[in-house]
Amino acid sequence: MQIRPILSALRHHRLATVLIALEIALACAVLCNACFLIVTRVSTMEIHSGVDESALAQIKLDCDDCNANDLNARVLSGLGKLPGVQSISVINAVPFGDHAGTAGITLDAAAQHSGGVVDFYVAGPGSFPALGLKLVAGALPRQDDYRPVDSFLPTDASVWVTRALVDHLWPGVDPLGKEFWMDKYHYRVAGVVAHLARPGGGEGGPDTREWSVFVPGLPGKNFSGDYLLRAEPAQLPRVLHDARAALAKIAPEAVLDQQASKTISQLRDGYFQSDRAMTGILVGVIAALLLVTALGIVGLASFWVSQRRKHIGVRRALGATRGDILRYFQIENFLIVTLGIVMGMGLAFGLNLVLMQSYELPRLPPVYLPLGAAMLWLLGQLAVLAPALRAAAVPPVEATRSV
Amino acid sequence: MFGYYLELALRSLKRNKVLTALMVLAIAVGIGASMTTLTVMHVLSGDPLPGRSGQIFFPQVSPDPSRPHNIEPSLAMDYHSAMDLWSAHRADRQALIVDSMIKVTAPDTAVPALRLDMLSTTADFFPMFNVRFRYGNGWSADDDARRARVAVISDDLNNKWFGGVDSVGHMLRLGGSDVRIVGVLRPWRPVPSFYEAWGSYTKPQDVMTPFLAGLEINDGHFQQFNCWHIPDTPGHLQNAPCNWVTLWVQLDDAAKVDAYQHFVADYAAQQKSIGRFTSTVTRVRGLMQWLDYVGVVPDDVRLQTWLAFAFLAICLFNTIGLLLAKFLRRGGELGVRRALGATRGGLFAQCLVEAGLVGLLGGVGGWLLTLVGLWLVRRQPTDYADLIHLDLPMFLTTFALAIATSLLAGLLPAARASRVVPALQLKVL
Repeated sequence: MQIRPILSALRHHRLATVLIALEIALACAVLCNACFLIVTRVSTMEIHSGVDESALAQIKLDCDDCNANDLNARVLSGLGKLPGVQSISVINAVPFGDHAGTAGITLDAAAQHSGGVVDFYVAGPGSFPALGLKLVAGALPRQDDYRPVDSFLPTDASVWVTRALVDHLWPGVDPLGKEFWMDKYHYRVAGVVAHLARPGGGEGGPDTREWSVFVPGLPGKNFSGDYLLRAEPAQLPRVLHDARAALAKIAPEAVLDQQASKTISQLRDGYFQSDRAMTGILVGVIAALLLVTALGIVGLASFWVSQRRKHIGVRRALGATRGDILRYFQIENFLIVTLGIVMGMGLAFGLNLVLMQSYELPRLPPVYLPLGAAMLWLLGQLAVLAPALRAAAVPPVEATRSV
Repeated sequence: MFGYYLELALRSLKRNKVLTALMVLAIAVGIGASMTTLTVMHVLSGDPLPGRSGQIFFPQVSPDPSRPHNIEPSLAMDYHSAMDLWSAHRADRQALIVDSMIKVTAPDTAVPALRLDMLSTTADFFPMFNVRFRYGNGWSADDDARRARVAVISDDLNNKWFGGVDSVGHMLRLGGSDVRIVGVLRPWRPVPSFYEAWGSYTKPQDVMTPFLAGLEINDGHFQQFNCWHIPDTPGHLQNAPCNWVTLWVQLDDAAKVDAYQHFVADYAAQQKSIGRFTSTVTRVRGLMQWLDYVGVVPDDVRLQTWLAFAFLAICLFNTIGLLLAKFLRRGGELGVRRALGATRGGLFAQCLVEAGLVGLLGGVGGWLLTLVGLWLVRRQPTDYADLIHLDLPMFLTTFALAIATSLLAGLLPAARASRVVPALQLKVL
């Protein structure tokens, strides 16, 4: 099959060819960027929080008039006795819950060198193993590491930081024993954990997502009301349900925070709800886009087939096989789509630049271009198949008929 | 002539139903997608105080001494600065604003306690923001000064707790304090909920108290926006190095705006000279300007609008291609009309009428798809889900956009078709 006659035929239909190619170019640009947006969203949603999500739940109580020590004692002993509860401990926040200890840190006491804004997880005895944190350097917190909490943090304590925060604060240096400050409060790194995501999104973008600090804290006056419950994953929903019911007796004067008292998996679902919705919308846009593009190709190809019935008849009469006619339209479509894709690549990068200006979005990786191109080629071939088959079915006798 | 063209168009559209359906579908889908997102944008970026927003301003200063080089001032203020600016009474009206969570019960009724967000503000809040009362009234400036234990509640809470009857005079228990209800609001839902420093689409608070009274009632439970040192007593921020209070002012004319801007700038300069501030950056933004600055419309919504219009552009190209195919195929018919004396302009107009008719049909489809799209948006778990409806201007825009798109799509094919050479076409017949 020669390409030259196809090209010369297309030259006769320059306007229609350019139009359909432009449509494919636009589709290519939107398709590549939409796919990229979907992948970006999905990868944010796949973030590893560093804790045993399936085994953990948060219980949050609001109690203005409670004695904090008394409340902690009642909740810890009361819930600890429930069947299925593996551990219950006091904590100030959990991943995907409300943030409670967001603060800027400095690397010197004089507050000259900022270390960025991090999230402090203040957590009571038993919470380190309960969270399921993986220690990669240093030692586990000991009994005397748990210090009383002033305002919202212990004033001076040993802390466990994430590898991501170490890489940010002290790249390439042994972090154990390093110090940092939050206002006048003073902390020393006693260990490093593999992962621990901050409760909410990192304010400085995805790179800061794991800038978390684990601070052992002694439950007391400024540290009560928020609890971490651990149970066998299969039993967790039942255990949480029992615990919520039991609290009405254990702490009748406290108000259970319904929104926050959920399993970590539920909190995670809620946290990513809008991202999931956006991903759904993007998938919908891509589907509608491919549909419309396909309709355009079908429409134009059908028009060309009916316009060229006589030509097809002549070619058939001169010995062209059905396969030749079929391939003619398939190759023609391939050429038009290719023209569209070539124009679309530039457009895709242009659209990406526009999006980058308004949104926190990295540059479009080039791998999306062949991906988008492959999809459009496939779409084009599928769309042109029906009109091309109709063309191939034109009998040679058509050549002898007048239009 | 138009009637004749319309008849021709109808005939032509009926002749090739598949092609017509393809074009109508493409326009309908494009219009449906863009009008759904455009309606969401229209609602979310609306004016929360029509007719009044031009006189409402949001003064900002930079109280945080640890950031002397900030280009923009802080979103909220510390108590000291807010009180200074408010008590100077340099604006026509001014309202301090802070909110905090508190346990609320109504001792007269048997309803269970609720944890609600309480708004503490000053007397001007109600007249300044055009908030109307169903029963009773707001409190007075005197009540502000006396720290009167009074409250205004929302229509919602009044319906829920008092069955919608006049509850003025009833008591509420806020935390450990008893307050007397002096007013019940009419249903009030400004969109966006602009008066909170960062803008959102949540409902206004159900309970409102005088500013200073609120600080006493809920002492120990106030949240800072940001602090530059750890406050001595958590939740008690009056003397704390924290930004947590906002101020809104009403300035009735340009001269007053100018004067107020100078007043705020002078205040910052004076505070810097006594060493309390390290930066003299100030702003007095108008309400709409402020909403724009804080980016109240969610990023995702703007992104969706971008996508929808890119999509509409694809539909537009698609329609151009299909119309071109349709018109060129009718070369014979158009050639006959030319030969019988129709002008080029006539043919052009005839083709455009046909394109417009496709647009009108696409508009109907687009309108239906928009309704489906908005229904889907309302099912999303967002604060603004209940606000999204197609109003009359957007309904008309749907059709205007559909017809404009199809006419635009029809221009090129119509121009091409009207250039038909009659002799050439007639020879083939």
